[in-house]
Amino acid sequence: MSQYLYIGLMLVGIYGLLSQKNIIKLILSLNILELGLNLFIISTGYSGGNKAPIIVLGNEGGYVDPLPQAIVLTAIVIGLGVTAVALMLARNIYKKYGTYEIDEIRGDDDD
Amino acid sequence: MIEIISLIVGGFMILFGILAVESKKLITAVIYMSLMSLLSVVSFIIMKAPDVAITEAVIGSGLVTFLFIITLLQVKKAGDEK
Amino acid sequence: MKKIMAILLTVAVAFFVFSNLYNTDSDKMLFGDNNPEEAVSQQYVNKSVDPERARPETGSANIVTSVVVNYRSFDTLGEITVLFVSALGVALLGGVLRKKVTFQYKPGFILNQGMTIIAGIVLITGIYIFVHGHLSPGGGFPGGAMIGSAFLLMYLSDETFRAKITGFKILEGTAGSLILIIGLVGLSTGGYFLYNFLPNGTVGDLISAGIVPVLYVLVGLKVGSEVSNILGNFFSGEVEQ
Repeated sequence: MSQYLYIGLMLVGIYGLLSQKNIIKLILSLNILELGLNLFIISTGYSGGNKAPIIVLGNEGGYVDPLPQAIVLTAIVIGLGVTAVALMLARNIYKKYGTYEIDEIRGDDDD
Repeated sequence: MIEIISLIVGGFMILFGILAVESKKLITAVIYMSLMSLLSVVSFIIMKAPDVAITEAVIGSGLVTFLFIITLLQVKKAGDEK
Repeated sequence: MKKIMAILLTVAVAFFVFSNLYNTDSDKMLFGDNNPEEAVSQQYVNKSVDPERARPETGSANIVTSVVVNYRSFDTLGEITVLFVSALGVALLGGVLRKKVTFQYKPGFILNQGMTIIAGIVLITGIYIFVHGHLSPGGGFPGGAMIGSAFLLMYLSDETFRAKITGFKILEGTAGSLILIIGLVGLSTGGYFLYNFLPNGTVGDLISAGIVPVLYVLVGLKVGSEVSNILGNFFSGEVEQ
């Protein structure tokens, strides 16, 4: 049931990417999309009643799936790298044009 | 019981996400983003993934928020004159 | 106008996704014919836990660590490359803004004296987390990010600190080349790149699981120095308050 909520979080991120006009808001929507995606990937590996994947002596039950966790561990760090490069580009845009709104940046080329 | 907590946390995350996208000032959007990252750590613990929870807590709440705030400090206000 | 189109498009995508994946029988979504007993990850768990084998295949108590460093070590190598390229991009783009950041308030006495104690504690916690990566949750990536946070605290409290630290490049290059050298040694002794050639000990000791702790220590040092580089490049440019 909570998997539908995580897909809803991804859709909130997509809506933010489609409708906002400020560059910082666009980067924030990208972060929301990545957060929802990581939550959804881990939720596919969870099967109720099993324990966390660390071996404890004397345990008789099963363990949850360790493969999605290894994938998401990498994806979080890559999201940090992408956000850092995007914010550096935004600072350079502000230095050249003086604003963060994409309407005013594109307005230099209109007739 | 655990499922009700998971649903409540998920509902709050969607609410904060919509508030962050639709807010007027940029600094409140960044603070909502930091709150969402904190709630996602609770979700990761409920789904029995401790490695991912530690990584998201360190990166999402500490480093990304700092990067956004130091980008927002650069905006000159309307009344400043050099 | 733009918002109405965005809402309509989002609702259309949501309708398409939910109509195909909605499952009326159980809570989880419909993923086709999913048989968890035949998946690859079940084999990873069986090789670590099975009491009838002579000894487990990797020997580390944390199954996620054995997946990340032993079974899928190529993906970890690619992820280190992606972080390196992003640190390179931030350093190149940051060269355009050349002036230093001057905050309007100077850090006071409490900030200066408190930062050294707290930064030391955070640094030791980070080093503990990536040294014990094969015994408890954590590993190289959160340990490296904690080292980056400790250096961020040191940057904030002292303005001239950034000019004093020049050894990050040497540390990063050394750690990266040592990872590749260990991989090539594995290729020459075992026949595969990054083969596990040291003996596995008993599960639960600090020195166990072959080359997994060695690789994780090198990965943690490399990630820590890269994150510190990225954060240090953000402290340049004109900032007014």
